[in-house]
Formats: sequence, structure tokens, C-alpha cells
Amino acid sequence: MSHCACHNTDNREQVEAASRAALSEDILRAIEEARRDPEPGGRLISILHKVQGHFGYLGKEQMDAVAQLLQVPAAEVTGVATFYHFFRLKPGGRYVINICLGTACYVKGGAEVAEKFKEELGIDFGETSKDGMFTLECARCVGTCGLAPVIMINENVHAKVKPDEVPALLARYRDKARQEQA
Amino acid sequence: MSKNVMAAYEKLRAEAERVLTERSEASKIRIQVGSATCENASGAGEVHEEFRKLIEASGRKDIVLRRTGCTGRCSCEPIVGVIAPGRIPVKYEKVTREKVHDIFTLHVLGGAPVTKMMLDNGLHAVPEMELHLCAGERCGRDQSRRFDALLPEKLAAAGVDASKVRIVSAGCFGLCRSEQSGKVTHMLVRPDNVLYRLADEKDLQEVIEQHLKGGRPVDRLRLKEHTVSKRFFDMYGDVAFFNRQSRIALRNSGIVDPEDLYEYMQYKGFSPLARVLEKNDPQWVIDTVTRSKLRGRGGAGYPTGQKWALAARAAEKTRYIICNADEGDPGAFMDRSMLEGDPFGVVEGMIIGGFAIGAQRGFFYIRAEYPMAIRRIQNAIEQCRKHGLLGQNIFGSGFNFDLEIRLGAGAFVCGEETALIHSIEGRRGEPRIRPPYPTESGLWGKPTVINNVETLVNIPAVIYYGPEWFARLGSERSGGTKVFALAGKVLHTGLVEVPIGTTLRQIVFGIGGGVPGGKRLKAIQTGGPAGGCIPEKLLDTPVDFDTLSRVGAIMGSGGMIIMDEDDCMVDIAKFFLSFSQDESCGKCTPCREGTKRMLEILERITSGQGVPEDLTNLERLAQLIRKASLCGLGRNAPNPILSTLTHYRDEYVAHVTEKRCPAKKCAALVRYEINAEKCVGCSACARNCPVACISGEVRKPYRIDAARCVKCGRCFQVCKFGAVNRS
Repeated sequence: MSHCACHNTDNREQVEAASRAALSEDILRAIEEARRDPEPGGRLISILHKVQGHFGYLGKEQMDAVAQLLQVPAAEVTGVATFYHFFRLKPGGRYVINICLGTACYVKGGAEVAEKFKEELGIDFGETSKDGMFTLECARCVGTCGLAPVIMINENVHAKVKPDEVPALLARYRDKARQEQA
Repeated sequence: MSKNVMAAYEKLRAEAERVLTERSEASKIRIQVGSATCENASGAGEVHEEFRKLIEASGRKDIVLRRTGCTGRCSCEPIVGVIAPGRIPVKYEKVTREKVHDIFTLHVLGGAPVTKMMLDNGLHAVPEMELHLCAGERCGRDQSRRFDALLPEKLAAAGVDASKVRIVSAGCFGLCRSEQSGKVTHMLVRPDNVLYRLADEKDLQEVIEQHLKGGRPVDRLRLKEHTVSKRFFDMYGDVAFFNRQSRIALRNSGIVDPEDLYEYMQYKGFSPLARVLEKNDPQWVIDTVTRSKLRGRGGAGYPTGQKWALAARAAEKTRYIICNADEGDPGAFMDRSMLEGDPFGVVEGMIIGGFAIGAQRGFFYIRAEYPMAIRRIQNAIEQCRKHGLLGQNIFGSGFNFDLEIRLGAGAFVCGEETALIHSIEGRRGEPRIRPPYPTESGLWGKPTVINNVETLVNIPAVIYYGPEWFARLGSERSGGTKVFALAGKVLHTGLVEVPIGTTLRQIVFGIGGGVPGGKRLKAIQTGGPAGGCIPEKLLDTPVDFDTLSRVGAIMGSGGMIIMDEDDCMVDIAKFFLSFSQDESCGKCTPCREGTKRMLEILERITSGQGVPEDLTNLERLAQLIRKASLCGLGRNAPNPILSTLTHYRDEYVAHVTEKRCPAKKCAALVRYEINAEKCVGCSACARNCPVACISGEVRKPYRIDAARCVKCGRCFQVCKFGAVNRS
């Protein structure tokens, strides 16, 4: 590298531009706001929530961009992203199915519902179906224990789910996706 | 300065009153649909939409549609209330789009309530009048004033048509005052909504003659003050599930529109805050809360007043208050219900707490799994800012305070206060050693108070009704009520708020209706993964922080899961441990490694590989983890194991020595066989077997190849002839 022609090693502007390009407008606004906060790092988790909300997961490029713009070490961003269950580091399906395996759901047969989903979709927890339609996750209580067993598909909570209802439920979401595409 | 505060409050109150009068809802027919995560999961959204369409199509201007939070009657949701002027409110259960049409045409338009769809279908006809007698400890237990027994006779003697009056023995109205304690009985007359304080039969007679017969309320005996549960009893007092409760923390849930500040103000909202700011004396607030004996509702039960006093005493003047709304305990959902159903109540508690400790900023730490709670709190904060209840110079008092929301991201350990602080700081939610306690050095090193949602929602009530009243509601060492989230194998699932000191039996059987399907209650699990299982024989234990820890469980945040004979206690212990093990943050070794090893032992036991030494090893490990872990997660993780080992040791022994699971839950210890005499050869089992280990010919008995059987239990479920034996 002795022939390197660039004497000016300050590439801050380039890096910043690249980082901005990797994120969306509303995320950039949130970062701007955070930078005005007395403790900018305190907004890291809410910014990562925004990134996941926009991209569906936390990609390496986005995490690096957040680290750069927020002036937080990239290792710290990765550390936070991997610590919390809610953050996904791989792209998820169109619909994320969260099967509640809290206590009430467990005693009311949540595990059997989970088995049926795994069987129907041919995937395990944390995996996405081949068509990219569904990602299967297990949740730790979504707080609707009175209606156990419950599952959450994106933000919709489905109550008192029985294993035999699973195929119809999946078909309904496949239809929904088809309609939305059309 | 104090004059300013009251003037500002009065101005806002007058504005609220004006807006509400303009809506003139009281003279209209109100249809009220529950709106919360749970209600919507049961289809409340569709129901709301359907009513909207019907009202629009009818062209009627005297019908209004409202949203409220949830009342916590989960198994009957969605719940719809129809309130017509001068009539007793009617509630409908499990309303569907189809039922909406009947309710609308027959009841709303036709005036005839659809009794068969009513909540708890306890009524054959809606009475014209209802008399609710307080059945609290102090009011109703005095034998000399058994008004409920006297009433029918007295009504008949006065010539009141008894068929049109219903007498209800309600829970505690929460009206007790020391000077009258035990000397009076309170009675609510619906639908006039008049509350009486009766000292003797003469008073009762006067009410019957003048009010019930003559239609003129007796002013002499009438209570003029606003009472905490009156709104609630007015709406839900006829339902047994509700009228055995005392609603303080849940006073507004299911009553007010959670997105409307004016409605919150209608029920004395922000009047406690105005009073606090008018007095302008943080020490008075702290003393009041201390005297109320309010203890933290998040689990540990630390006296709230003391915690505030510690932070207020700190030398550092930059201070913070945090609302812990990271309700992580599986099986607890009361905080969600309050955040969704009474967000202004929580916010008001926060502002008062912030004032008491001298904080400038407050944070809501809400778990990301609760999107609706986040939206409602966000809305409450914005409305408060708009009306000068947050920000600079609140109510003209000179007190500056603002609130922000920070989201959790699914880490159970963040319920621990130091971990939660790290998470708000935007870091990994790992706990640290205490002391220093957060009240000394918390968020960004500044004094910080962390209170649970339920604790905060109680604060306005403590200020408004006084600490003595609150303290008297509970037990000797702990004031007020506790909300429990009743779930699992119980008839009525939902939120139950009872005075501290109520027995488990009253909660599970008296209010929850016991175990469905004629099954036997096996255990009551309280406190989530940090709690324990309480056996049937201890049902008469009063629920309090100290009594529950004495029987090996904890109060926790209030999750209460009922288990019946089909639940294997070893399996349940394994379930909780796998939770704690998975949620262990990994910072300290006893928790990280210890929970893993305990889980391995439990997996061995439930898969039939257990040896007798496993039980002693489990106990030894449990004690070690308890003593040596860094934070509450690790220190309490062994509780489910220790409590089940104490109370259900025979089940462990059966697994280990006889290789048998008494509840027939642990798959590896269960055997399936086909009873040749009962089998008709329908082939249903063979067709449903996922591993094709069942063979035979149609119309002849089938056989299961035990060597290939994966014990999924599908054959047992599908056999219509009871020919598959499980042993």
C-alpha cells in the first residue's frame, strides 16, 4: 500500500454520505434528533427499532451506518443488536408469526400449536419459509393470557388458537398477500 | 403561587366540562366497545366497525359509539355495554358481528335488552332498580345490619314490587372511614346512581319510603363526595366477577375513553396533581405515600414512600423517574391493561412522583411487544403537553417536568432495575452489583426512582382519598389492593383486583369460578419464573408479600396461573427454568452455568433418565444459585424448582424411581397402546400417525409399534372410541 495516492485520510464526508444513503429519511431524522439529546447513545435502541421497522431486520450495512452517524462504536451497536431478542439480524418473511410460549399459553397447549406451525411450514423457530412468506418465532408472553393460547402475526393477535385451525390461518394470510400484490 | 395552580386546574376542568356537555352523551344512548390488545384479538375491532355502520344507517343522532379500555374479563371478550338514560347499564359478552345486529335492532332501537347474550347471562330480565350493598370487611360483615336479608321483607311491606328490584351483595366500595368503621353500611341505588350511608334500619326504612317508593333521593343519608369505585360499580356492579373486587388501580379501565383527556378529568383526573402542586411541598407527598403503606407492585414490594425519600435526599439535583412498563413475567398482563385502559392515570402518577423526588425528566420503559400501550401512552403524553400538564411551569406552579418513551426489545432481565437503566442508556441490558442503588446513582449516574405501572396508577388515588383510607384497605404492613392476572385452568380468566390480604381461595374460587371441567386444582403459580407453585392445601393463605414468600412463592407482579391435574409439576419447573436459562444475560457464572446444569438435570428426569441423586443435586445447585447470583433473575430462578420439590416431591420421585409421569404429560414416560376390545378398526389412528407406526386392517383392531412410536399422542386425540390407552 506504499503507493497509495490519497494523502488526505479524512474521508468523513464520504463515510457520512454512504451512511446516510444506507438509511431512510425517518431514521435519519431520529438520528438527528438523538444527536441533539444530552445523551445521544440513549436513543440507540429506539433507532434500531426504527431500522427494523423499515427494513424488517438489522443488516450489517445499516448497523454500521447507525454507529457512524450516532458516533457510537460499531461493536456497541452489534452488542446491543445481538443482546435483545426482538432484533433480527437476518431478513424475515412477509409475516412474522410469534407463537406465545408464556406460562398460560404453555399450560393451555401453546406447544402443540407451535408444533403444528413447524409441521405446516416445514421450518423451525427463527427460520423463514422458502417462499419468504412466513418467519416463525417464539414469544415470551404477549400479555393476553386470558385468551391463551395466543399467537401474533405481525401486529395482529389471534386468540385461543387450536392446532387444526393453523392451515386455514396460514391460507388466510397467503390470500391476503396475494390480494395486496394484485 | 398556589392560587395560580388551582386557577389553572379549574380552567382546564371547566374546559373539559364544557366539551363533555357539548357532546351531551348523558342524554344519549351510549354503546361502549372494549378496545385493547385482548379485546381486539377477540374481534372488538370488527364489532366497533359494525356498530358504526348501523348507527350511520339508522340516521339516529342520539346514539353514540365509544371506546374504552378493557375491564379484564378476558374469557368473555369482546364486551359491549349499552347505557340508556335512566336505565341500568347492560353488558354483552363474546359479541360477534352477527350479535351486533340483534343488539342494535332489539335493544338499542327497540329498547328490549337481549338477555341471552348478556355478560355472565345471570339475568332473565333487566330489573328496573338495583340495590348494591357493600360486602366489605367493615361494612357488610356486621350481623346486626344484615340489610340484604331484611330488604325483601321491608320492600314487600312498603308495597314495592319485588320483581322489579334486584338486591346485589357487592364488593367493597372502598368508602370506609375510621370514625364510621363497622358502624355503617353503604348502599348504591341504580340506575339513579345514588350512594347511601346507612347506620340502622330506620335509615333503610327512610330510603325505601322516600326514594324507592317515592322517587326522591334522601339527601340526609346521601354521600356527596366522589368515590373511587362508584363509576365502576355503576357500570359493572351487577356482575359477580366484578362486584367481588375492589377497583382502585383499575378504577378507570373499561370506564373511560383512554384516548380522551377530558373524560379522564371527569373522574377527578389531575385534581390530585393540582392539589400536590398547590401545596408545593414534596415532603408532604412523600409522607402521604409513606403513610399509605403502598409497596412497590413490580414484585419486590419495597415501600414506595421510602424509595422516593431516598432519591429526594440525594445531593445531586438532576434526578429521574422511570416507569417500569417492561412487563416481562409470562402470565402477567395487568400493566398492559392499565397502560391501555388508563394511560392518563399512569402519567399523572408519574408527574406526582417526579415532583416528589425533584426530577426534571421521566421515562416510560415499555416493552416493544405492547404496540397499543405504546400508542396510548404516547397520545397521553402529547395531550398532557398540549394542555400544560407536562413541560415548563406545569399548572403555573413553576415545576418543569417532561416524559419520554423508551422501548424495550425483549429481554426479561431488563425488569431488574440496573439492567433496565442500562437499556434506557442504550446499552446491553445487563445488571450490575448494588449498592449503589439507583436512588443514589442510577440513570447516567444520577439519582433515579423506578416504579412499576400499578404502583404509579395508585398514586393519584392515594393523594385524593388520603393515605389512611388506602392503608386500611390492605393488610397491616401493606396498604391498598393488588391486581392479579388470573389465567390458565380457571373458569373466568382475567384481571382481579382485591385488597391485599384476600385469600387465594377467594380469588381462584370466589371470583375466578374454580377449575373448569370438574378437574382438581393442583397448583397456583404466582410470580412468574421467579415465583413458585402453591398447592391446594394452602388455598387459605392470604395474599401479601410476606405470606407468599413464606410458602415458597412470591407476590411478583401479579401473574396467577392455575394448574390442574393434567399439568406435570416437574414439566412446569422445567418450563420456568428453560425460560430463566434462556433469559439469563450471561454476566455472572452462577446464573449462566447453574441454570443450564439444573435444566439438564430436569431434562434427564422428564425423559426417564433420572437418578435419585438428581434431586439432592438439584437442591444443592438451587441453593448455590440463590446465594451467589448477581441479580434478582438468578437469585429467584431456582424458586419454581424449590417450591415444586417441597410441595410435589412425590411427582419427582415417580419420574425418577418408577419412570412414570403421574400427569401423563412427559412424552418419554408415556406409553400408548390400543385396546383390542374397544378398537373398531376405523383406521383413524393409523391415518393420523405422523411416523406410520400404527398398522392393521380395516374393521379389525390396530396395533402400535412401540419401538417406532414418537409418543406424539395424535392417536389418543383422534380416537372416537376411547380405544387408545395412555399410561
